Amino acid sequence: MGRTIVPIGPYHPLQEEPEFFKLTVEGETVVQIEVQVGYNHRGIEKLSEMKTFDQSTFAVERICGICSTSHPFAYTQAVEDIFPVEVPMRAKFIRVIIAETERIHSHLLWLGLAGHFLGYNTVFMWAWKLREEILDVMEILSGNRNNYAMFKPGGIRRDIKPEDIPGVLKKIDSIIPTLEMLKKAVMDDPVLHARTKNIGILKKEDAINFCAVGPTARASGVKRDVRKDSPYAAYDQFPWEMITCEAGDVFDKLVVRVLETFESIKMVKYCLNKLPDGPIDLNFKDIPPGEGIGHIEAPRGECFHYVRSDGTNRPARHKVRAPTFMNLPTYKATIIGQTISDATIILAGIDPCYCCTERMGVLDTKGNRIYSGADLLLLSQQKTENIRKQMGVK
Amino acid sequence: MIRSEILKNIQDNFKNDIKAFFEKSSNRVYMDISSSALLPMASYLFKVLKARFNIASGVDTRENFEILYHFSFDELDLIVSLRVVLPKDNPQVVSLALLCEGANWIEREITEMLGIHFIGHPDMKRLLLPPEWPEGVYPLRRDYKEWDSTAIRDRGV
Repeated sequence: MGRTIVPIGPYHPLQEEPEFFKLTVEGETVVQIEVQVGYNHRGIEKLSEMKTFDQSTFAVERICGICSTSHPFAYTQAVEDIFPVEVPMRAKFIRVIIAETERIHSHLLWLGLAGHFLGYNTVFMWAWKLREEILDVMEILSGNRNNYAMFKPGGIRRDIKPEDIPGVLKKIDSIIPTLEMLKKAVMDDPVLHARTKNIGILKKEDAINFCAVGPTARASGVKRDVRKDSPYAAYDQFPWEMITCEAGDVFDKLVVRVLETFESIKMVKYCLNKLPDGPIDLNFKDIPPGEGIGHIEAPRGECFHYVRSDGTNRPARHKVRAPTFMNLPTYKATIIGQTISDATIILAGIDPCYCCTERMGVLDTKGNRIYSGADLLLLSQQKTENIRKQMGVK
Repeated sequence: MIRSEILKNIQDNFKNDIKAFFEKSSNRVYMDISSSALLPMASYLFKVLKARFNIASGVDTRENFEILYHFSFDELDLIVSLRVVLPKDNPQVVSLALLCEGANWIEREITEMLGIHFIGHPDMKRLLLPPEWPEGVYPLRRDYKEWDSTAIRDRGV
């Protein structure tokens, strides 16, 4: 059978972010995939060497627009690893509150987008409506809906006011019933099962070989969670569960994320209720020469920072590794043998993260058929529609 | 296996290759190793001891290049970093991409950012820098000047 090359990109079909996939297809089946990234390379590692240790926190906060806390979190952990310091307990709790609230919003964002691409616009609207409440919570806690600027080496920048806490708890409680309903709707839907089960399976040995991290690895049965394995901040102060699944398909990735959202809600509520008193910042000035490693569990997986100090006020080297750097190459293992109409959701299954822009085009190399981005989306949504009809589900 | 056993195993198996052993804290260990020992040591850590390859980070220290290969033992809360020192002229080291798929991309990144050659990499091409970026200009090297006359910006593109 003849082969056709289907280019997807340079903007991601689901998250609408810059990356380029070259799918080689035989009929409907994908037989080969090539990935190209780098359209949005901003040289933050280089930039960080020109900033002071305090300024770098703001620079790395701009790496990701969705999980903007994960990079400052990993960076501050790395700086605090250069020399032995113990961050005050109140700061640790507030760090957990910010990181977990962000995880709720990030998982809801992915759930909504995944629903949209499968043709479930109701899921999209419900999930994003809930996410809006969480962004309001972030605004109350930090003053910003995104890019919170709460972190600094040695502590946090802003305290949480005691009078804000009851309102925040009320808001978080208000989303739980709707989230339960959404969870039930997503987990029990036969059409969604048909569309996501056994699709894009990442086998356990592949997850280990590709060194996958976060929900992508946990859905494949690899029990890895930095929060559990290497409890940083206050994650060892309260009970919580690590969510894992076995199959590694898109459905399991979805299940892991939905259940993690509930765990995060529990953690945020616990921390807000049991917030200890005390200082929030160590206020250290000089950072001695040395090197430090900080790794934290971002919504998408382990975020890894390596910082080397030469005794001056700026990092001599700052290495940033985002979770998607390890998760993205798993496409090579998951997409071969699948159909083009499933490609969008498999590519989105790892919750990739680059930046946000919009544009996509798909065209046949022979120039016979030209798909637009909307066509590919339509293809995915039509497949769900067909399954619905076959099953007799309205 | 517990932490002390793991570290002892590594030291016993590679005692001639480890030039320096430094326990920074209870969960960070750094080992300076010779570049010829990298592949056997990395495969021992990854395949036998089932460590996870976190990432590699390349550093230009002005005198020479350093690559740190970070491996983590998740259930022990331990990160072991292997440090390989490479000379300034003609820096090259064996590739780990065939050992573990997770090392594929980072080696491509280090090649274009620091100009270190990875021997035996299966798919060596640019990862992040655009195709127009001139050959032999490495942005993370110390001698890289922002207004490099060969840099793209200065050519008015």
